[in-house]
Amino acid sequence: MTIILGLMLIGIVTGLFLEKLPSLVKINEKLLNLAIYCLLLLLGIAVGSNGKIIANIYSLGFHALVLTIGAITGSVMVCWLIYKIFFNVKLSSQDLKTPSDHEN
Amino acid sequence: MKGILIIPAFFVTGVILGISGIMPANLVSQEWSSYALYLVMFLAGIGIGADRKSWHLLRTINIKIFLVPAGIIVGTLFGVALASLLLPSLHLREALAVGAGFGYYSLSAVFITELHSETLGLVALLSNMFREISTLLLTPVFVKYFGKLAGIASGGATSMDTTLPVISKYSGREYAIISVFSGVILTILVPVLVTLILTVGTK
Repeated sequence: MTIILGLMLIGIVTGLFLEKLPSLVKINEKLLNLAIYCLLLLLGIAVGSNGKIIANIYSLGFHALVLTIGAITGSVMVCWLIYKIFFNVKLSSQDLKTPSDHEN
Repeated sequence: MKGILIIPAFFVTGVILGISGIMPANLVSQEWSSYALYLVMFLAGIGIGADRKSWHLLRTINIKIFLVPAGIIVGTLFGVALASLLLPSLHLREALAVGAGFGYYSLSAVFITELHSETLGLVALLSNMFREISTLLLTPVFVKYFGKLAGIASGGATSMDTTLPVISKYSGREYAIISVFSGVILTILVPVLVTLILTVGTK
């Protein structure tokens, strides 16, 4: 863990110096994409050659879907609350007739 | 939008190669693939450091805007924790790690595969892809019923690029900055949170 987070930090600091060299930054972006593509290809190979994963693909897909629904519902609800309390100021000041809106 | 085709294409090609049995199965578990992960992390760091726009955005922005990514993190992790109650074979830690992808399916799948298992990596890939696709399709509905932050919340890390157009269309242009800001913060935090969730207290 320390290695991973440490490398990210070193990367960020390096990036701050590279800011003035946009051509290098572009190369970096391409390298990053290439590395991610390679690892995903490897993940694909590992998944494809693993009979246990292929046999359970529907169950894994179902797990993924349930987690997605949880993640989206949770974040949308919390942000709905944040929106009503902190971001929707204009609307509630126009809406003076409904004092219940102002409790938050 | 290009990424949403390219990335699955690599993955699917891999799956086909794997099923066909041409490739040795243990490629991923070999040591050099964790060096590849280190490389990804370093390159991702450079990308963040060199991104002048994000740093500038950070300096000029109202403190209130931090509530958005914070709310998305709390809401997502709480949501997947509840959802994991329906999935008895999944540990809380695993569910949280998948949720902490915030829609950034390529990076989170790669990280979770390396730090945990291929099976959970696949769940992360699928779940976070579903998150991006749902955001693209359902943002109009979310915004209508749950306010103008709803698309940004649903998009998670993707709200800075792939889902930005649809968010800006339905929440309004004034929300585009919040969308980019929240997406940038979450994108930076994906590898950090996934690593923390999967490693703290395990060894």
